[in-house]
Amino acid sequence: MRMINSFLVMIALLASSCILSEPLMTFSSSLNQTRFQSLTQELRCPKCQNQDLADSQSGIAKDLRTQIHFMIEQGKTDQEIVDYMVARYGNFVLYRPKYSAVTSVLWMGPVAFLVIGLMVFVFVVCRNKKRRMGETS
Amino acid sequence: MRKWVLFLPLIVFIGLGIVLYKQLGANPEYMPSALIGKPVPDFTLVTLQADKVLDQSSLPKSAYLLNFWATWCPTCEEEHAYLNQLANQGVPIVGIDYKDDQKKAQQWLSIKSNPYQLVLMDELGKFGVDMGVTGAPETFIVNTKGIIVYRYQGAMDDVVWQKIKGYLQ
Repeated sequence: MRMINSFLVMIALLASSCILSEPLMTFSSSLNQTRFQSLTQELRCPKCQNQDLADSQSGIAKDLRTQIHFMIEQGKTDQEIVDYMVARYGNFVLYRPKYSAVTSVLWMGPVAFLVIGLMVFVFVVCRNKKRRMGETS
Repeated sequence: MRKWVLFLPLIVFIGLGIVLYKQLGANPEYMPSALIGKPVPDFTLVTLQADKVLDQSSLPKSAYLLNFWATWCPTCEEEHAYLNQLANQGVPIVGIDYKDDQKKAQQWLSIKSNPYQLVLMDELGKFGVDMGVTGAPETFIVNTKGIIVYRYQGAMDDVVWQKIKGYLQ
């Protein structure tokens, strides 16, 4: 029984330490909270390559979350917040890269490959058809 | 039928292979600074030693290094001796004591000797965010025009310095 008790205490302590690791954020509206959640999921943590800001426990991610919270409550638009981050950490922090001359390959590449594939497909089918018709006649 | 068309996929494959092979071994942590080519952002910070409030105008007019450090950062300890060496060679270094405790930082400098011309405290890391810092240590090279020309993340040592010292002008 004592062991179970101490075990429960341990679990409770662990849980509370997780909650206390960041000061609780309060939002003036639920819209602001939703904006905060989507922004922190769309921005990459600059320190830890494959985590978004919402996920990361690194110090800089915490600072940036605080900053985003502050800017949202200040009435800044999503675009202003994203621009603020890009000005400091570069396009790297965007999970969805902006459309520009450099990134056009990223956006248009898949479409271009699809079109090329379709063209090759149609070409091959037509050629085979023609050949078969030549054989039968 | 032109036979060479059949080799197109192979050519694309080899091209891709070369591009991807070049990326092997590249440091995935490396991230170019968004501030290269830009002036040092505005700030008002308090000095570590004298509790004086300073801004832009207090920065050196010559080219200098801007070094983010902290007492909680083991890599900063590692590079400290080399920074002292650079300072002795006459390289001006401005220190930013990043998210640190003033007492501890003063103690650290009095024990390990102070390579900095000037140390400013960025207690909340606000200036660090403005500089696009992701941790400590980070060293920026600022040229004579006050423009940031290089950023190095990690411990400064002789190998790194020999490669980048050309930026300091």
